[in-house]
Amino acid sequence: MSRKLSTGVTYGVLMIAAAVMCFPVLFSLALSFSDLNDILKGDYIPSSLNFANYINAFQTQPLLHYMLNSAIVGVLSTALQILFALLAAYAIVFIEFRAKKIIFLVMMATMMIPGEVLVITNFQTMRSWDFLNTYQGLILPGLASTFGIFLFRQNMMQIPLELKEASTVAGVSEFGFFWKIVAPMVMNTVVTLAIYFFLVSWNSYMWPLLSTTEDTVRTVQIGLRQLKNTEAVSDYGMMAAGAMVTSLPTLLLIFFGQKRLQEGMTKGAIK
Amino acid sequence: MTYEKMPDLSLAQTGEKGRKKPLPVWVIYLLPSLLIFALFTIYPFLKTVVTSFFATSTTGEMTKFVGLQNYIDLFTNANYLQSLGTTFLYTLLTVPLTVILSLLLAVLSAQDRPGMGVFRTIFSSTMGISVAAGSVFWNLLFHPTAGLLNQVVQWMGGKPIGWLTDTHYAIFAISAVSIWMNLGFSYLVLMGGLKNIDDSHYESVEIVGGGFFYRLRKVTIPLISPSLFFVFTTSLINAFQSFGLIDMLTSGGPNNTTNLMVYKLYQDAFVNFRFGSASAQGIILFLLILLISQLQTKLTERLVTYQ
Repeated sequence: MSRKLSTGVTYGVLMIAAAVMCFPVLFSLALSFSDLNDILKGDYIPSSLNFANYINAFQTQPLLHYMLNSAIVGVLSTALQILFALLAAYAIVFIEFRAKKIIFLVMMATMMIPGEVLVITNFQTMRSWDFLNTYQGLILPGLASTFGIFLFRQNMMQIPLELKEASTVAGVSEFGFFWKIVAPMVMNTVVTLAIYFFLVSWNSYMWPLLSTTEDTVRTVQIGLRQLKNTEAVSDYGMMAAGAMVTSLPTLLLIFFGQKRLQEGMTKGAIK
Repeated sequence: MTYEKMPDLSLAQTGEKGRKKPLPVWVIYLLPSLLIFALFTIYPFLKTVVTSFFATSTTGEMTKFVGLQNYIDLFTNANYLQSLGTTFLYTLLTVPLTVILSLLLAVLSAQDRPGMGVFRTIFSSTMGISVAAGSVFWNLLFHPTAGLLNQVVQWMGGKPIGWLTDTHYAIFAISAVSIWMNLGFSYLVLMGGLKNIDDSHYESVEIVGGGFFYRLRKVTIPLISPSLFFVFTTSLINAFQSFGLIDMLTSGGPNNTTNLMVYKLYQDAFVNFRFGSASAQGIILFLLILLISQLQTKLTERLVTYQ
């Protein structure tokens, strides 16, 4: 009896929590299909699916262009972050050299420095290199990931060192060992980090805001900011539609990558 | 770019084996990361430290060494002190609730029962929502006339509330959005921790016959304490770094009541062009975060139980 009751309470609490969590998104979803006049009257539930706001968002704002920019930036920075972290972790685990400990410690120490402290100087650097409003300006400062290096290191330390000796004997080159043997063995972490890096890149806000001042390479988050601050300020349906569309790629990523992320995060949490 | 690099690396390798010794192999592997760290983390950090001791021109050049003056000015400036206070209040309002709520939801949805997959997806979903999109969603809820919250308030006979424009409400409104946004990440990490607990731990409690809260206190919390500490510290650090939410929803207002540290730093650097002061603010932020991480390490050593 009490077990039945506790099951009921559990489901009850979870359902209420889920409703509250979903509510802001569902409300915007409803608005995005509504007519502006209905919204102003407080009539939120659309009588029929009206795609006018979506069409409007894409036609009056360079939303597609922003999304393309975010995709380019996301894919490039994810791929390079993973490659650089793989290379660094490999050196730390499989190559003997004297400065190893210090370099690893310094890398881990950089985790303590919040990015917000660095943006002033990075902005000045990018300006002096003429990299503002370029993809490289958006991508470069974030390409070295301590978190990525750390996860790969943890992962690679489980590979026995004898494997390297054996492949050296078999005539496999250092790079061959790295690329053909080690990299495939940490594929799980590659996938987890790819999801995570893309998510972070797509959703990043402060650096894209500072390093882009014109539409050419502007990413979708700053596009949303523009949308909110300019003419669209009173067109709620269109705002909602814009926010819905730009959230779709990362929401899908979360739906399909949730398990993997969870496993990866746990590895990162328990050091 | 990556493709061109490959033969290069293997050449360096054979080179080392043979006659010439160009760069040591480890340097080649570490070079990309080291370069990025040097240029975009270590150099800007050191430069910020130095700049914080200088008066600066509007373009950011250091003009005159002023010692600790930038720091003294900050700690005697009512605006900055208010910003510090607001940040602490915001942290207090958001971090404990985020951790407690995500722990509760994770514990309730961790067991393998029908329908739990749906709940897990919903609770972790805000991790996929950007701060800009999340702000737009909530901005629509908070809207003074068209927003649903005020419709409900009016329907219940109250007067419409300026959620984001009334000095009494804005910080609470921002905190609510923040909790909502950060719940997904905390939930995901804690769920990962819970999944690692061996069932046998619960079975022994089952025999003793403890209830839900007994189990939570005696088994669950001690066993996921590493994840719990991680979530707590990350949330704390995130709270100190909040920026997007403020930029999207209130711009620090009304009357500076939501002017968090990083938003103030941003304004001083990129709107008022006071780089010396902004750098000092950056260093203070760094020191605060350093303190939190040190406390975490100390506490973790003392309290955390590793399985």
